[in-house]
Amino acid sequence: MAGAGPSAPPAKPVVGVLALQGGFEAHERMLHRLGARTRQVRVAGDLEGLDGLVVPGGESTTMTLGIEREGLAGPLRALARAGTPILGSCAGLIMLDSEHLGLMDMRAERNAFGRQIRSFEADVAFRGIDGPPIRGIFIRAPWIAEHGPGVEILGEVEGHPVAARQGEMLAVAFHAELSDDERLHRLFLESVEHARASAASERR
Amino acid sequence: MRDEATFRVKAGLAEMLKGGVIMDVVTPEQAKVAEDAGAAAVMALERVPADIRRDGGVARMSDPEMIAGIQEAVSIPVMAKARIGHFMEARVLAALEVDYVDESEVLTPADEANHIDKWDFKVPFVCGATNLGEALRRIGEGAAMIRSKGEAGTGDIVEAVRHMRQITGEIRRLTMLEAGEIATAAKQIAAPLDIVRDVAREGRLPVVLFCAGGIATPADAALMMALGAEGVFVGSGIFKSDDPPTRARAIVEATTHWQDAKRVAEASRGLGPAMESLESSKLEGEQLLAQRGW
Repeated sequence: MAGAGPSAPPAKPVVGVLALQGGFEAHERMLHRLGARTRQVRVAGDLEGLDGLVVPGGESTTMTLGIEREGLAGPLRALARAGTPILGSCAGLIMLDSEHLGLMDMRAERNAFGRQIRSFEADVAFRGIDGPPIRGIFIRAPWIAEHGPGVEILGEVEGHPVAARQGEMLAVAFHAELSDDERLHRLFLESVEHARASAASERR
Repeated sequence: MRDEATFRVKAGLAEMLKGGVIMDVVTPEQAKVAEDAGAAAVMALERVPADIRRDGGVARMSDPEMIAGIQEAVSIPVMAKARIGHFMEARVLAALEVDYVDESEVLTPADEANHIDKWDFKVPFVCGATNLGEALRRIGEGAAMIRSKGEAGTGDIVEAVRHMRQITGEIRRLTMLEAGEIATAAKQIAAPLDIVRDVAREGRLPVVLFCAGGIATPADAALMMALGAEGVFVGSGIFKSDDPPTRARAIVEATTHWQDAKRVAEASRGLGPAMESLESSKLEGEQLLAQRGW
């Protein structure tokens, strides 16, 4: 059947976006612009067959309670263990830290830059992204207060780490999805494609 | 370079509140109950709308002491209300570092001709609207988030439904106009032309749209989400009900899972009586809060 056989061109990757609460639609708009398909994730069943996952910004307490209510912590950890790339932004970064889902060896400081009145935009020189710095939008944003040796810091603002990678986990304290800069999501989609390709070659 | 209070930063917080429930609270204890139930933010005020209605008199900005107590009690964003046009109340709230100011028709208006010039502030504003023209005038004045007005303090959803259908219906009709018709449409709804053009092109408001006014049950919240709300304000509906923590959790759950009627059904079970309600069609003149502002 056309499109179903092994010789068919690979379909676009499907990236899940955790949609319990928060800025999930802005991530979806950005991912669509880059040609990915998205799926809103609210229950464990929605994680089935995903090539990548975005944990968006939002309120970290609300999201933590939602993950508990839906029993999502175990399935999310399993997804990460299976090597699926995960991008966390703002509250998403907090969710990935050692005090929440424990997917990255780091501890986030919540609302570290202060209340909304001190929210800001700033340029972030991002290791691994060429060209001019990324314009980061920091909204009641966290920073990375401590991290282990396995965590590579990719960017800083005012001396505080605000972007990091560990294996297939990528975490940023700011919102690239609220700007027109596609480069962070492009970087994430590259790792999604890479993980898909290596999963496909393992199956062969 | 660091820039504070850009429009992206102001509207961005509302973007992060999406899919969430913002709850009216009058004490730090209630704020904690709201946070523990999964509220995305709280609205700190002295009296919930149902009590403002019952007590009558002039309703004003809350005591800063009460707002500060709520800010200390929770880590989620804290919003507070200023009277329509009362830019000094708004400055006081900004000085208290609330996360959002609601220029609200629930309080007694301070200026019958002018809303607050919201561009003048670093703190972002949310404003109520009953139709698209009103929403876009508020955005033109600098509002970074819009909510339906509904009829606060009634527990009657009918006005929130009317306002949400009005706003989303007007947006849909705008998208069908050709370029040459946009200026006349802007004139008809008395809204800034550049924002009307944006809305016609994108098919949505340039800021987040929540619902408010009369939401009392999980099904009310889910209904408003289905009608195009991106999140829910609940005023009297939670702390005027019999079992606030359970009802608060249920409304949060129904707002997340509004597309799944089984989940809304589960969330609705055994909540006890909802708030005492008023039919808004029986209210008249001065009692109708949604008519405040223009």
